[in-house]
Amino acid sequence: MTVTEEPLATGDVEPGRVAREKHPRAIRWMHWINFPVLTIMIWSGLRIYWSFDVSRVPSIRFGEETLFPEGFYDVLQLDRKLARGMAFHFSFGWIFLINGLLYVAYLAASREWKHVVPGRQAFKDAWGTLLHDLRIRKEVPVHGKYNALQQIAYTGVTVLGFLAVATGFAIYKPTQLAWLTTMFGGYTSARLIHFVVTMSFLAFFVVHIIQVVRAGFGNFWSMITGYELDPATVAVTSNEDREVHDV
Amino acid sequence: MSDHGVEKTITEAEFRRRSRRSFLTGVAGVAAGYGSWRWIQNQATDNRIPGVLRDVHELNGDIWQALYDPDRMAPTFDPSEARPLRVNGRHGVREEIDLDAWEMMVIGRNGDTIGTHTMADIQELPFVEMTVEHKCVEGWSEIVTWGGTPFAGFAAWYPDEAEAPIVGMDTPNEEYYVSLDRDSMLHPQTLLAWELNGEPLTQLHGAPLRLVTPLKYGIKQIKRIGRIIFSDERTPDYWHERGYDWYSGL
Repeated sequence: MTVTEEPLATGDVEPGRVAREKHPRAIRWMHWINFPVLTIMIWSGLRIYWSFDVSRVPSIRFGEETLFPEGFYDVLQLDRKLARGMAFHFSFGWIFLINGLLYVAYLAASREWKHVVPGRQAFKDAWGTLLHDLRIRKEVPVHGKYNALQQIAYTGVTVLGFLAVATGFAIYKPTQLAWLTTMFGGYTSARLIHFVVTMSFLAFFVVHIIQVVRAGFGNFWSMITGYELDPATVAVTSNEDREVHDV
Repeated sequence: MSDHGVEKTITEAEFRRRSRRSFLTGVAGVAAGYGSWRWIQNQATDNRIPGVLRDVHELNGDIWQALYDPDRMAPTFDPSEARPLRVNGRHGVREEIDLDAWEMMVIGRNGDTIGTHTMADIQELPFVEMTVEHKCVEGWSEIVTWGGTPFAGFAAWYPDEAEAPIVGMDTPNEEYYVSLDRDSMLHPQTLLAWELNGEPLTQLHGAPLRLVTPLKYGIKQIKRIGRIIFSDERTPDYWHERGYDWYSGL
């Protein structure tokens, strides 16, 4: 390590930069477990979708309208794999469900939800944040750990996860869980919502990746280490603090 | 951030140490994930899918069988909502048969033929109609009206046999065969059916007698039943052998 700043000689003030905690360990683990599991869910889900991929608007029955061209299935090897698709989907679905439940439970118990769940102010600031993100406006509305759009997006994607599971069970057990299926407007409707939710996950993913790339490596790395180096500051860490973090 | 509002900070040296450790954990995690993936893919297959996925299918079947409640009904619809049903599977019903010559055999738990029935016998049982959503494992569904008689009433003719946990069925030419759990078979919406949308079944829809149940996908709802087999063990199931879930319960 190279110390670039002048060492300060007073008491518990140490030289060098500090890193601030951004993401608790539990959230990092659940985030990175979710990524491959959700990928497997979408991949196996598309193998199921392949065998009846007509856009199921009620007035269109067995029509020609399909969302994806044949080549899409071909390249990703999604065709003729219905049985395997179901086998993966109904196995990994449990992991997706458990991971999601743990995440929500952790947010609630750790009070971390306060950073993530948007309040009324977040919806007021959403437009200003969007203009900032699109580089139309320089300043971003004052915010805490996450800005207004981040709060809306991260909470929104959690709601999507809940919808994915709920509509998933609705089409998995439409007789035993008929009340759930009815809640989503019936079997074909639940199937459509399940699909739209999947596409929304993909849309989230695209924006998420763009924003992570724009935010830079330090931000990305903090989802792995939990901490992000703050280049502008000088460390003010007490021994007491360090004991906590050495664990 | 900590929950008491004080931001946790660490020194740069600590951060570097952490980075290295996290990087190694990450690499190990990716390796473990990839290894698990290979482990699944390289499993010996059990009826055409990796063994561990078959095990989860079976576990899922156990879970839903344990949660099964015979009082839960599939939603029913107004008969005016019924639509023509496409012919999706022709296994076992490709050749026309002489419907008048048709007879259904009943095989007991000991393997013996313990009964033979004509359509006239079956039609002595009370006739019911139900308009339900017929669901294919492929994902499509269609609202149709079935006419027939609850299997439970037929099974009551064989009270001792109906204790068997499994009911198997096959087509007269034995080309298609299914295997179902007793609970689903005895559900009031599980019918031996001879009418579809108010008309006698066509041969491609399973004339003279087929199984219908909104508790299972279409793959289990065998057309043109030739034999009913009460069994203490699972009987062969056509699509189970081809990679699908044996329970396939809805």
